[in-house]
Amino acid sequence: MKIGVIGFQGDVEEHINILKKLGEKYNNIEPVRIRNKEHLSEVSAIIIPGGESTTIYKLILEYGIYDNIIERVRNGTPLMGTCAGLIIASSSTNDPRVVGMGLLDVDIQRNGYGRQGDSFMNEVEIDGIGRFLAVFIRAPVIKSVNQGKVMASYSGKAIMVRDKNVLGLTFHPELTEDTKIHEYFIRMIGGEGGVSTGMHAGSVRVK
Amino acid sequence: MALNIQDLRFGEELLKTGFAKMTKGGVIMDVTNAEQARIAETAGAVAVMALEKVPADIRAQGGVARMADPAKIREIIDAVSIPVMAKVRIGHVTEALTLEALGVDMLDESEVLTPSDPFFHLNKKQLKIPTVCGARNISEAIRRIFEGAAMVRTKGEAGTGNVVEAVRHIRMVNEGITLIKGMGNSDLSRVAETAADTYLRLRKDVMPNLFLKETKMGNDDVYYGMSMQQIQEEILGVIKDIKKLGRLPVVNFAAGGVATPADGALMMKLGVDGVFVGSGIFKSPDPIKMARAVVEAVENYEDYRMIGNVSTGLSSMDGKDINDIPKEQRLAERGI
Repeated sequence: MKIGVIGFQGDVEEHINILKKLGEKYNNIEPVRIRNKEHLSEVSAIIIPGGESTTIYKLILEYGIYDNIIERVRNGTPLMGTCAGLIIASSSTNDPRVVGMGLLDVDIQRNGYGRQGDSFMNEVEIDGIGRFLAVFIRAPVIKSVNQGKVMASYSGKAIMVRDKNVLGLTFHPELTEDTKIHEYFIRMIGGEGGVSTGMHAGSVRVK
Repeated sequence: MALNIQDLRFGEELLKTGFAKMTKGGVIMDVTNAEQARIAETAGAVAVMALEKVPADIRAQGGVARMADPAKIREIIDAVSIPVMAKVRIGHVTEALTLEALGVDMLDESEVLTPSDPFFHLNKKQLKIPTVCGARNISEAIRRIFEGAAMVRTKGEAGTGNVVEAVRHIRMVNEGITLIKGMGNSDLSRVAETAADTYLRLRKDVMPNLFLKETKMGNDDVYYGMSMQQIQEEILGVIKDIKKLGRLPVVNFAAGGVATPADGALMMKLGVDGVFVGSGIFKSPDPIKMARAVVEAVENYEDYRMIGNVSTGLSSMDGKDINDIPKEQRLAERGI
């Protein structure tokens, strides 16, 4: 089973390394980089990594897979977005430089905690996963969750949200050695533990 | 729930190396004003380096090159949403902390500026924000990582539009990694000893000769309060990481002389994680097109048809033969 990481820019390798580690436990997991439609059609789950959201967004558009990702995820393929990946998957980024895919109905503020000097890490409690060292780097803030379940919060703000097959995090599980979140994500393949939500907001894409 | 400041652990190494990892696979561009910064961001740069003058102009002007005017830095920070880096003179802790206070996301302790400390580089572990440092070979890279660099880049020869020195430095770092990979424990310890001895030599250079004979000096404060033993142990840790990972334990970019999309792609092919472009963008006749083309070429460094397309009709900055630059004017010789 191929798990694909959108492989243009950012900490792609870090996600792949965690998936490789999990591959020792679940023998059918094969991490791959997604750079085109063919790659995308072969994977059972998609990760949009951390990195520079403006850059990753631009490259996803240019390589013509923006709409394909939306289609795959709407048809049930699990998606995890970490930091920049969450921004791109969200319904509202409040920034014309990055137009969200509308796959996770949350309202985002980019760099919501400030600049790199304000980056931080802390242990947080995640529903169904437990304690986890969350690393926030120029992280976005989720201003409101319009649909989906908040799995973890920090300082009164949601930092991890799941809506059915879509998982969004403002922090970077790929930067630690802890594989629990990726393991949880892999278990989402096949629809385990889905959060029912009713109607999904339509995606509005401004070009 | 109120924000619990006590809970937020600032300055951890993971935050610094993690920040650097977010730039992987990207292009970082030198910019001197808000308009250039916006061009870089629109082209898809992962960060910008805020400067008063690009290296080619620093080289042409001569004299002492210092930290940029804070007004310049603020102007650029306000113009873009991508990270903003800034250059600090080698060893200038006050410039470093001033830039940190201005909200700069990452420092470049850069040989392009005139060094401020003739002996030591910054103790980068004391800074809250991450720092990138230049290196010509594996020894320089090891020392900079020991000092706390969260990212390393080749020095190349900045402002020349000539990529030969960047290629030289990538090859020398890569060769060093290959050697270390093949070493046993005793050789690794000897490499660590040699690297640590550099700090002892520099420390000896600082010592006055008060007795006309050799002055006795202790080994307990060699570099920012660290003993020789401590330095050696930490350096050995860095070298063991290199052996284990088969690469530098921090993000490794190319810099210094990248002037065309093909130059950028070549850097990636030689195995670096990303590319800095200094004078190459805004000293070219069509910066908007050049910025876009370099990002595309770095992103698809093995798609030669595409590199041909984006390079079509694209003029680059004028280049300099390295042999025409006197040794004392070569920036890569600074801060070893």
